[in-house]
Amino acid sequence: MKNRENAKGYWRDNIKYVIILLAIWFAVSYGAGILLKDELNQIKIGGFKLGFWFAQQGSMYVFVILIFVYVRLMNKLDKKYGYDE
Amino acid sequence: MNKLLLIADMDVQTWTYILVGITFTLYIGIAIWSRAGSTKDFYVAGGGVSPLANGMATAADWMSAASFISMAGIISFAGYDGAVYLMGWTGGYVLLALLLAPYLRKFGKFTVPDFIGDRYYSKTARIVAVFCALLVSFTYVAGQMRGVGIVFSRFLEVDINTGVIIGMLIVLFYAVLGGMKGITYTQVAQYCVLIFAFMVPAIFISIQMTGNPIPQLGFGGELNDGSGMYLLDKLDGLSTQLGFAEYTEGSKSTIDIFAITLALMVGTAGLPHVIVRFFTVKRVKDARKSAGIALLLIVILYTTAPAVAAFARTNMIETVSDQPYEEVPEWFKKWEGTELVVFTDKNSDGNIQYLAGDAFLKGDDGKWDFNQPNLNNNNELYVDRDIMVLANPEIAKLPNWVIALVAAGGLAAALSTAAGLLLVISSSVSHDLIKKIIKPSISEKGELIAARLSAVGAVCVAGYFGINPPGFVAAVVALAFGLAAASFFPAIILGIFYKRMNKEGAIAGMLVGIVSMLLYMMKYKLGWFDAELPDKSEWWFGISPEGFGTIAMMLNFIVSITIMKFTKAPPQEVQDIVEDIRIPSGAKEAIQH
Repeated sequence: MKNRENAKGYWRDNIKYVIILLAIWFAVSYGAGILLKDELNQIKIGGFKLGFWFAQQGSMYVFVILIFVYVRLMNKLDKKYGYDE
Repeated sequence: MNKLLLIADMDVQTWTYILVGITFTLYIGIAIWSRAGSTKDFYVAGGGVSPLANGMATAADWMSAASFISMAGIISFAGYDGAVYLMGWTGGYVLLALLLAPYLRKFGKFTVPDFIGDRYYSKTARIVAVFCALLVSFTYVAGQMRGVGIVFSRFLEVDINTGVIIGMLIVLFYAVLGGMKGITYTQVAQYCVLIFAFMVPAIFISIQMTGNPIPQLGFGGELNDGSGMYLLDKLDGLSTQLGFAEYTEGSKSTIDIFAITLALMVGTAGLPHVIVRFFTVKRVKDARKSAGIALLLIVILYTTAPAVAAFARTNMIETVSDQPYEEVPEWFKKWEGTELVVFTDKNSDGNIQYLAGDAFLKGDDGKWDFNQPNLNNNNELYVDRDIMVLANPEIAKLPNWVIALVAAGGLAAALSTAAGLLLVISSSVSHDLIKKIIKPSISEKGELIAARLSAVGAVCVAGYFGINPPGFVAAVVALAFGLAAASFFPAIILGIFYKRMNKEGAIAGMLVGIVSMLLYMMKYKLGWFDAELPDKSEWWFGISPEGFGTIAMMLNFIVSITIMKFTKAPPQEVQDIVEDIRIPSGAKEAIQH
């Protein structure tokens, strides 16, 4: 029974992380790079219009960071629930 | 004459032979060293690949001739709209790392149909999955073989068909001999070659144009020509001046951009040749990590490509626009020979007017007819998109060895992808069809022979399509993503995250998804149902066939869940499997069962 509870807790935490990370994933690509592009293009950083930068550069950097954050979070979670190996 | 001078004087052709020769010897050497001895070696490289090696192999597997050669070219003509490929082909890895890879690794089988078949406790589900996997992989690989042929023909000056055959022989050699193990380690080498070959010219050009050695920064930097203007402002100005859409704005509708990006992302996460990569590492945590490494390695190229696109576009417009045809540079003449650039002097003033619009009309076969100038506009120049990467080093007057390096890189990209796809096809046939459905009693040795034979068969079929490309293959390759998005992605996601999902729902969903995608494609991309191709205005919700994978995927989800509600829950042991794959520890090696 304790095993079951443990697995449930692990899964709940995992889902929470996934939802938060995917919300960021959506916000940078579909949000900043597509839906809000025109508004963000009013802002300029160096030679880049911000919306354009998110679409062709920024979103991809964030994607990489998201996966490595997930790797870290999950490694910690594995340890916390004793699933580390 | 001293030796150094000799090296500097060597022409592009000699350099190309040397570099291509060295890299090919390397690949073949690796294939012999790492040949497969068992089915486990053949399907999942023995299951002990390190996350770094797997990440590099995944990146090379993923980046095809299209990423290497065509993508920067497409972006340089599409401007902002090119972002669909950049975000679409990278964002999928986030889905893969967070939603698929760890669980499929824990599940521990060889192929995607394996997962579908076991999770949905049904032979029908397995057969549907095998059918989808073969359809997706074949549409994709036919385009790759053609790509291999084109790269060979451009750089080694043989015709395209000879190029396809050389490519077939090489892929055949190391895919058949080495299986997944051979492919994985050659792909590690191919990644190094292709990224080096892509970055060197990019860095040179970035320094030349903006003084910044990092292309990603030079992209947003000021031009070096003393004007103090930002590169992108200059390019926006040039584009509008010549009648093109503003470079940083693009011309597709927002909903279509949204749909295409989503279809490509989800399709990436659903492609069997990408998923199967995560079966080759040892532990679940390695699967997560290697998805991150793979994406990092891919993003190096993908963030450089839009910078190259902008540099090349500016460079090209400035080199040819309103210049006398008599004084065009060397590279222009060279690529005219292969009809990658074609000039027609509509107003007979001897100058090149490069403006918006098609310079030529299309013939009955749907290809450009260079004897028929299009007199509805004043554009006098046809430019093939591929030239942006192929000729970029020459346009920027880089040394000969850099130009030759692009050839070696293009070949590495095309071969690594083709090999990865062929492996998926051969394991679908030998493992999913023969071992799991037709003849379960087959011995390990027999299965390995079957796997090798089906690899040979697959290379021949792919080579046939490479030599005789039916008109529809080229049009359909981009849609392989839509097909993967519409079929696998929902079935796998629901299989992991929704314990109650049953076989009735999953099978119905996959069928509805793939059939609706195929029908939309036939109607709006190939025009098979009407006398001529229906106009854009008839697209559902304004979504192009490339973006329809998104709609088909949603249909799949809706149908799966609805049918599931009215049919009975999966048996207890299947629900236990789902509980088990959610826990990372205790991942067994990918096993025969």
